[in-house]
Amino acid sequence: MASALAVLATVLVIAPLVAIFIDLVYKGASSLDLNFFTKIPAPVGETGGGMANSIVGSGVLLGLASLLGIPVGIAAGIYLAEYGRGTKLSTVVRFTADVLNGVPSIVMGIAVYALIVAPMKGFSAFAGGVALGIMMVPTVARTTEEMLLMVPHSIREAALGLGVPTWRAMLSITLKTAMPGVITGCMLAFARVAGETAPLLFTAFGNQFWSTNLNQPISALPLQIYVYALSPYDEWHRLAWAGSLVLIALIVIAVSLVRYVTSRGVLKGAS
Amino acid sequence: MILAAALMVCAAGSAGAQKLNAAGATFPYPIYSKWFSEYATQHPGVQINYQSIGSGGGIRQVTEGTVDFGASDMPMTDTMLSQSKVKLIHIPTVLGAVVPVYNVPGAGTDLKFAPDVLADIYLGKISNWSDARIAKDNPGVKLPNQEIYVVHRSDGSGTTFIFTDYLSKVSPDWKTSVGANSAVAWPKGIGGKGNEGVAGLVRQMPGAIGYVELIYALQNKISYGYMRNAAGTWLKASIEGVTDAAGSLKSMPADYRVSITNAPGKDSYPISSFTYLLIPTHPTDATKGKVIKDFLTWMLDHGEGEVSALDYAPLPASVAAKVKSTVSTLP
Amino acid sequence: MRIQEPRTPRAAAAEPAGGLTPVAVPAPASQIRKFLQSRGSSSLADSTFRWLMVLCALSIFGIVALIATELVSSSKLTLTKFGMKFFFGSAWDPVNADFGALPFIYGTVVSSLVALVIAVPLAVGVAVFLTEMCPKALRGILSFLTELLAAIPSVVYGLWAIFVLVPLLRLYVNPLLIKTLGWTGLFVAPDFGIGMFAAGVILAIMILPIISSLTREVMTAVPHTQREAVLALGATRWEMIRMGVLRNARIGIVGSIILGLGRALGETMAVAMVIGSSPTISKSLLAPAATMASVIANEFAEAADDTYRSALIEIGLALFLVTIVVNMLARLLMWAVTRGAPARVT
Repeated sequence: MASALAVLATVLVIAPLVAIFIDLVYKGASSLDLNFFTKIPAPVGETGGGMANSIVGSGVLLGLASLLGIPVGIAAGIYLAEYGRGTKLSTVVRFTADVLNGVPSIVMGIAVYALIVAPMKGFSAFAGGVALGIMMVPTVARTTEEMLLMVPHSIREAALGLGVPTWRAMLSITLKTAMPGVITGCMLAFARVAGETAPLLFTAFGNQFWSTNLNQPISALPLQIYVYALSPYDEWHRLAWAGSLVLIALIVIAVSLVRYVTSRGVLKGAS
Repeated sequence: MILAAALMVCAAGSAGAQKLNAAGATFPYPIYSKWFSEYATQHPGVQINYQSIGSGGGIRQVTEGTVDFGASDMPMTDTMLSQSKVKLIHIPTVLGAVVPVYNVPGAGTDLKFAPDVLADIYLGKISNWSDARIAKDNPGVKLPNQEIYVVHRSDGSGTTFIFTDYLSKVSPDWKTSVGANSAVAWPKGIGGKGNEGVAGLVRQMPGAIGYVELIYALQNKISYGYMRNAAGTWLKASIEGVTDAAGSLKSMPADYRVSITNAPGKDSYPISSFTYLLIPTHPTDATKGKVIKDFLTWMLDHGEGEVSALDYAPLPASVAAKVKSTVSTLP
Repeated sequence: MRIQEPRTPRAAAAEPAGGLTPVAVPAPASQIRKFLQSRGSSSLADSTFRWLMVLCALSIFGIVALIATELVSSSKLTLTKFGMKFFFGSAWDPVNADFGALPFIYGTVVSSLVALVIAVPLAVGVAVFLTEMCPKALRGILSFLTELLAAIPSVVYGLWAIFVLVPLLRLYVNPLLIKTLGWTGLFVAPDFGIGMFAAGVILAIMILPIISSLTREVMTAVPHTQREAVLALGATRWEMIRMGVLRNARIGIVGSIILGLGRALGETMAVAMVIGSSPTISKSLLAPAATMASVIANEFAEAADDTYRSALIEIGLALFLVTIVVNMLARLLMWAVTRGAPARVT
């Protein structure tokens, strides 16, 4: 009886997942064509547009976010694991990292609007990248910390005992040992922000044209999916499904990569 | 062939590019997106990125200076203009009609809505399609016993302003209890984002009624109703009806801020309106100002010729001439 | 989107208490030492590196502080104008600049509750199935699938909800609910398809993976001796799960539920796309509503005057504070279970 309930629960959970994937693949794949990857959006009501600029835009935004979020996150993780252990400051940092992780993405959007867009007088790819970058930091920091803590002390001591400077020991010995796990954290953070729409609404803003200029508004896949999903045009609905499929493919590849790395990495503990 | 290639190279070379950003009304979005896309192909290097975030947003963003120019169907109020950090003028671009769209299975495509009936539907006083007051104007139409689902805009919208401005003029009740603005406290109903969102909801929901700019109804093949104008004529929205409403205007104010809803003309479509671009008079970047001025001139000379294809009404010749002289005063 | 960060309870537990701090031991200035110093081993490089790391760590604190102060200073207008009344007022009238956040607080709370009511039993069921009775081969596939569910972006859930879930609810589920549960007043016509219930269902689907994977983690952390002890007393397998596992893991399960709640409270896009955007409080779950996050997404860029803008930012501030409290609570509970607190025997 109880087992039956547990099995039923599992089936009920798996059903929508399977439904979502089938819909995505079915509706998405049937709408994908070459135009999707090569054209920019057509004017309202005309057919034949694509989302090329959004794909590129997402790339620019995520690149910028990674450039900002990953180094800061790793550095903060190094601090937490190596320097700050047991100190009050590290408790505060760890706590604020968890707070930051829980900040709703829409709140991040309005905060970055108030901090960057309004003073700089313009929506920009830069503002969008910063918003996403900030969202990556806590995940990267906390995984880096946990991974570094798993590195055996003998390795650190061996390096230091050889007279290697502390900073070199940390970067090329400790961090290197923990690298597979740290990469996992980065990929997870990346996958998390890759699909974010809310923080981009008031920062990256969207753009119908090609743009890679950081000072200009830029398009992104999730933004474009949002706009198209709410539109009344069948042509745009079609593109929204195709965009979703491409976006998910991007994220699933990232997540699978994570699993691949962790399954054969040194640190099997991460699940 | 070689010439074309050379041109391409030139274009690429000069693509140091003027990139402008604009945001605002969804009501004229179809024609704007056509204009800006065409303008970009004809003038390589000039890109005007227009995001249809709603008229309220257009006003907000241009007064904050986050976009180069805004767009709104609702003329800015005097207080808004005096509070704005950027000095702005209104440039009317096209005229459009707001139509009541509905999704009532079996009721055909020609329902008639008397002004007071429409107001009372939105006030919640009429809540079923089989209501006697709807039936009275629609003899012979099979109206189902079906709850009316009211759809309105969830965002700050010029379309909402035009619609509520009209309802305020025809229904004293509406005027006192709700009023006219780009966003109002709706007595009932659900919100859709943008003209697109409202059209999408009405299309998906049997029993729904909403209001959208004419082209959204046409492009999406949603039924829209007849309206009775101030002179008592029943008519469907059309370019002629809208032009007539603009023509019934006795005089155009110098700053173009004017309402033409419930116009007195015999053939005037009652829910008509100008839509505006909000142009800074002292652009911070002179080259951008030049691009805007060039675009406006192009719009008046070429753009206006294309609007009828999308079921907007072009500016009446007299207004167009006046706007042209206004544009020429821009720096 | 909602990918939980990998946690490593086992590894953390293996860490020797109070581990060594890797501070370079000052050594006598031997030849070797000098050689090394000439190659970059200077206290300057070390301290620069150290301060760089500290700076980055502090930047996290700085960012959070900056966000908080910015939200407060940008919402000053309504903070002073309405005071606490803001949270109890139900007017949302941009024409007369009269704003109250109650409809959105209500919408956020109720949509999250609906999501929890649907998601929690399912999530715990899945966790029990995966940890206690699932064949090993299937376990890997299933846990991979639930992780995938967590990787789908909010906007895609929204897209799916608009075109698949909402028509499904409108045509089949909601009429059934109206017929069977209409007497409660929670499910009464009119039924738009979109509305509070649709938002709750899509939220449930979205938070399921978080709750179930964390619950699974907590359940795995229950020591085997507990299971064996209960079994040795002659318990059936179900009794073993109930008394040996669920009871020991309950604090952690509550923690994971609260963490799921934290996600649900702040979830924006999918909810904004199906909730119907109407600032009203209605008893029927089928009626349109709005949440704190969805109203910001819908109206922030469009708020034309300053009071309106300030009201939206104040809602953002409130949301920020609520999610902090909820997350703190969850972390505290999770921490109590996974780090050290002895499993309670009852």
